[in-house]
Amino acid sequence: MITAVNISYNIGHKNILNTISLQFLPGICNLIIGPNGSGKSTLIKLLSGALENYKGEVTYDGEVNLKTFNKQALAASRAVLSQQTELSFPMLVEEVVLLGRNPHFEFNPGKKDIDIVHEVMALLDLHSFAKRNYQTLSGGEKQRVHYARVLAQIWEQPKGVHRYLFLDEPLNNLDIYYQQLFLSIAVSLLNENTTLIGVVHDINIALSYADQLYFLKEGALIKNGVPEKIVDAILLKSVFNIDTQIMAHPSTGKPIIIL
Amino acid sequence: MRPNNKIFFSVLTLLLVLVLIAAIAFGAVRILPAEMLSALVHWFKSENTQSIYENVFLQLRLPRVMLCAITGAILAVSGVLMQGLFRNPVVEPGLIGTSAGAAFGASIVFSLSPFMSPVFKSILGPFLVPVFAFVGGLAATYIVYSLAKNNKRVSILPLLLVGMAINAIGLSGVGLMTYIARDPQARSITFWNLGTFSGASWFQVWVTGIVAIICIFISFKQAKKLNVLLLGEQEAGYLGVEVNKLKTSILIVNTAMVSVATSFVGVIAFMGLIVPHVLRLLIGSDNRKLIPASILMGALLLTLADMGARLLLAPSEMPIGIITSIVGAPLYIFLLKKYQFNQNDL
Repeated sequence: MITAVNISYNIGHKNILNTISLQFLPGICNLIIGPNGSGKSTLIKLLSGALENYKGEVTYDGEVNLKTFNKQALAASRAVLSQQTELSFPMLVEEVVLLGRNPHFEFNPGKKDIDIVHEVMALLDLHSFAKRNYQTLSGGEKQRVHYARVLAQIWEQPKGVHRYLFLDEPLNNLDIYYQQLFLSIAVSLLNENTTLIGVVHDINIALSYADQLYFLKEGALIKNGVPEKIVDAILLKSVFNIDTQIMAHPSTGKPIIIL
Repeated sequence: MRPNNKIFFSVLTLLLVLVLIAAIAFGAVRILPAEMLSALVHWFKSENTQSIYENVFLQLRLPRVMLCAITGAILAVSGVLMQGLFRNPVVEPGLIGTSAGAAFGASIVFSLSPFMSPVFKSILGPFLVPVFAFVGGLAATYIVYSLAKNNKRVSILPLLLVGMAINAIGLSGVGLMTYIARDPQARSITFWNLGTFSGASWFQVWVTGIVAIICIFISFKQAKKLNVLLLGEQEAGYLGVEVNKLKTSILIVNTAMVSVATSFVGVIAFMGLIVPHVLRLLIGSDNRKLIPASILMGALLLTLADMGARLLLAPSEMPIGIITSIVGAPLYIFLLKKYQFNQNDL
């Protein structure tokens, strides 16, 4: 569980996040949605510990204040898939994925680390890429490599230990098959000690995966709740400024947006 | 396809040993392996030797080759560290002001030594040169780094441009110091600009060697963190690396070893560019392998370059920087060309 109380973030005089309070529960799929520049990525960075000069309080399970959370311990239990990550030097795909195990070994990786790397690479169909130079991959392939790296970071979960997965627009550059795969892998990790927070752009994907949906606009939380209960044409008009029709999915009954 | 690590390191070590022996053997006076051995035996038993060959070996050739090998290792490892830190393959100590600042610091001691003779002749005297070099190198690196930093991020173009300016300031400072120097022993501007090992002494070998061992050891311990930094500062932070701490320690350690070497042998450009580039092609970008391999290959290549400097125009000798620049500058241009198109920050 992650709790944020009255968090604000400014860059210069520009207000990026404006006194937001919210709570993300473990075991469910929490997705954030909102127009460009609404502060979604900033919120992910702030909650995951990449930003320091914010106002308000963020606490992780067991009332651990994010600002005083030990950096090593945090890295061993919290992973973040960022929007864009580039490498300046040639590296093999398996070497990039292994970087995700950094918080778990001292200088040389152990057998367990290597096994986990193989496991997550298989999950994302990367085994045939293992010895390829990362820099020669396409955008979608690179995204899969980074997802594998991020999964490797928090793959094992000792009993009773909390873990946190942040996904900042994970579906960029992915074809529809991998969009589905990415989110179903994330959902499959969920349990009572695993908290998942993601940002997605495709509203229909958000509606079909989210257990809790958070609408962000101009740095403020507009509305949050179970999609079926909160999403209507008025809300979408006010957040995205679009006119929509809402239907029920024929088999799941979840809402679908049609323009 | 990468070569097997064990074979690669064995071959590199073997080549280094061969080059070291050849560098000791060839020169104005030819020294045979037998003479090397007997000189070492004499030295070990603390006996004085009458043989001119043995004296050339012990007092001239051996310290020169050792200083050269240590300096080569320092410059190559420094290239790896700076490129890892700035996440860019076109950075090296000769290009971003570190060496020029160190040379300026060291040349101040030479020029001002007549005015501070009591201190200079005290027991700390010989250490004034490396200490001043360190201060100069650190100041130059810090200035370049903070001027090139924009919005918490160092872009490569400002880094190289500011580096050029600080280099110019450092080297004109050196020029001024050599101009006003009264000490007949003060080193020439050519020495500082292009470097030479002709003045190598055992004292320099010891100081440089000890500093190199300490600094390279410390940076090797950070190799895993430097690997994570390849992903960028934000991602490294997510993976538990305290980026600012890492950067500070690497910059200090790197400046220390480069400055000490520069204070004794002058500015030798491009070594830090050539070695890491070749090694990344051969064994990849893992700093845990790159740092030890750079020690070996840096020592190997600079020793070869010094042999060239001594032998190509024999009996006269040319500055070693001419050779490293002839090889390194075209590679630098190639790297600039190659990376400007796929790197949005250049």
